[in-house]
Amino acid sequence: MSPRRARRLKTSVAIVAILAQLGAAVTPAAAFCGFYVAKADSKLFNKASKVVLSWDSGKTAVTMANDYEGDPKEFAIVVPVPTFIERKQIGVVDMKTIDHLDAFTAPRLVEYRDPDPCAPAIAMDSAGFGGRPMAAPASAQLERAKAYRGVTVEATYDVAEYDVSILSAKESNGLVDFLGDNGYRLPEGAEAVLGSYIKQRMHFFIAKVNLERMALEGRRFLRPLQVRYETAKFMLPLRLGTLNANGAQDLIVLALTRKGRVETTNYQTRKLPTGVEVPLYVKDDFAPFYRAMFDRAVDRADRRAVFLEYAWDMGWCDPCAAEPLKNKELVELGARWIAGDDDQPFRPTPGADAFVTRLHVRYDGAHFPEDLAFMETKDRENFQGRYVLQHPWEGRAACAAGDRYWTSLPDRYRREAAALADLTGWQVAQIQTRMEATGQSFTAKPADRRSLLDWIFPPEPR
Amino acid sequence: MSRSGGDGLSRRARAWLADARHYQIGALGALLAVNIASLDLGARVLPSLLALASALATQVACSRIWKLPRIDLRSPLITGLSLSLLLRADEPWIYAAAGIIAISSKFLLRLDGKHLWNPAGLAIVVLLFGTDHVWISPGQWGASVWFAALLAFLAILVLQAARRADISLFFLGAHAGLLLGRALWLGDPLAIPLHQLESGSLLIFAFFMISDPRTTPDARLGRLLLALAVALLAHWLAFFMQMRPALYVALIALSPLTPVLDRLFPAQRFQWIQPANPGATR
Repeated sequence: MSPRRARRLKTSVAIVAILAQLGAAVTPAAAFCGFYVAKADSKLFNKASKVVLSWDSGKTAVTMANDYEGDPKEFAIVVPVPTFIERKQIGVVDMKTIDHLDAFTAPRLVEYRDPDPCAPAIAMDSAGFGGRPMAAPASAQLERAKAYRGVTVEATYDVAEYDVSILSAKESNGLVDFLGDNGYRLPEGAEAVLGSYIKQRMHFFIAKVNLERMALEGRRFLRPLQVRYETAKFMLPLRLGTLNANGAQDLIVLALTRKGRVETTNYQTRKLPTGVEVPLYVKDDFAPFYRAMFDRAVDRADRRAVFLEYAWDMGWCDPCAAEPLKNKELVELGARWIAGDDDQPFRPTPGADAFVTRLHVRYDGAHFPEDLAFMETKDRENFQGRYVLQHPWEGRAACAAGDRYWTSLPDRYRREAAALADLTGWQVAQIQTRMEATGQSFTAKPADRRSLLDWIFPPEPR
Repeated sequence: MSRSGGDGLSRRARAWLADARHYQIGALGALLAVNIASLDLGARVLPSLLALASALATQVACSRIWKLPRIDLRSPLITGLSLSLLLRADEPWIYAAAGIIAISSKFLLRLDGKHLWNPAGLAIVVLLFGTDHVWISPGQWGASVWFAALLAFLAILVLQAARRADISLFFLGAHAGLLLGRALWLGDPLAIPLHQLESGSLLIFAFFMISDPRTTPDARLGRLLLALAVALLAHWLAFFMQMRPALYVALIALSPLTPVLDRLFPAQRFQWIQPANPGATR
């Protein structure tokens, strides 16, 4: 093989950057485990909801990120929590850290190039890439609290740019009045849901933005809030989030655990279709592709399933969609059991493993009546949402194997078109038209690929 | 057990059809096939084969050791199928161990000529608490109504054929009543208890585990009381202790009540078939 050809093959695998588009693609209006409320009747619209959930036999850290795009002073959040929360159990997390974990675990498009059909097979190497910018959330103000019917403000904390209060309540109407009078506009139906949480002895973590402190710090974006507590309830409250939504919402749960994959116990966890070879033009259309595929997967599960997008030992990745996370990043996200919180990339040590599970759920009140309940399994089998672009050989291939190769390509392209149609519900004919337009021809003949050069300088026999 | 006579064949066929275990094996086998073929993160072929093989082999070995007049492979087949459907582990040997624990418990842990625990349930609980390799996936059956209906349909077949299956209905009634009561108390919409009932693994538990006629009380009142107790304990474990495999733990914890209930409410002992020498099968 010539050195030139060897170089070409060496760089034959590349991972395509898709994640920036992806974020915008799969996140319609959303409110995560809490819900957003406003003082005025301004339109509320928050898009992506991401929650990092660290779990170590009851030691829980919930980090909530969102794409809140409204006025900072309108931002307000109510999250039911299973216990009273002390100041030291609350913190803010750098959005970049969540973005990093998000990028690291995101579904990916991988690209391979066919080898020279006339040459023997060769090992390939790979390179990784990832990254996903996040729209900035915004802020609001918290008014001082007084006791309402059955409502106790257990504590009030200043947490970076947030004013946080921990409430307990005996009556839902008292709580509704309290929240209403303090500028938390509640969606229709909130009283019944709050009442249910009250009877389950949940506390309420409420937060607004302190505009003064935000200005003082010169901060323009809201950072994700993190709450840490110990509880046997491994769950995420969804129900409030279903109330103020316009239709279904997307939530991505990034679970960090010691032992293995996390699954929902009260909803089916399904694997997203993966490892499918798709037409090359999907590279430029990954966002619509992923959105259509996810829509279809959701529909095929009667809108009732939670989807596994990634499950992997944090100690390695293949291919890596982003740089591996550092120890300090994992600790920041709540994985406090690992050894060390330094700048080094995380490496598992005996008894200090970390496993990440990425679950994607599209939920609404009709199909997800209950909060999400989770369970940590011992399953450490790796899974990733991965879609493959297989580029045809672009060089010369004038040999019997080459002829067979060229003849086989249209069939392969047809299979790719059928696979894409099956995944997305798109029309096969349209897919094929698009493929033709982007160089994947269904009519290529072997003779077409034999160039004049092949006749003048016949390739060496193999 | 040999029968002779002109209508021996049809009598044999009738006896075969009257044995609920044949329906159970068919229903569980069909469920396992569906599970392996179409459910993500569900049962797998190799673990299922290991569980089945170890259950059958243990039955053969124990039948020889205890010198039973005949080796009946139907019960261990049901146990192996139940284990394949319910048990999840990260190591294949766990499935083999589960089969051995389940079947040997029938021979070793006996009182008043009856084994104490449902074999599959006991193996699951022993492995859950005794190893770090096991979990139960209660949500993986999917909550689709059609699937629950399918399970119910298959289970009804079993119910029609099996005697003593009343405990399944007692348990489901108690379980549903508790969920409904909880929803009413919390002010939750009915959709929530209905969703909780749509779990396929609940139906497997109710129709194939708690209803095991060899470990349920002999008297109807005893079965009613046991069903109520299991439902109550499971409810408490699930909602107050946040225990995910609450059903199995509750059943195994309360099964020792069966001999007590049998003494309080004596009734005729169950046999799968009416043998010439009672106690010949296990």
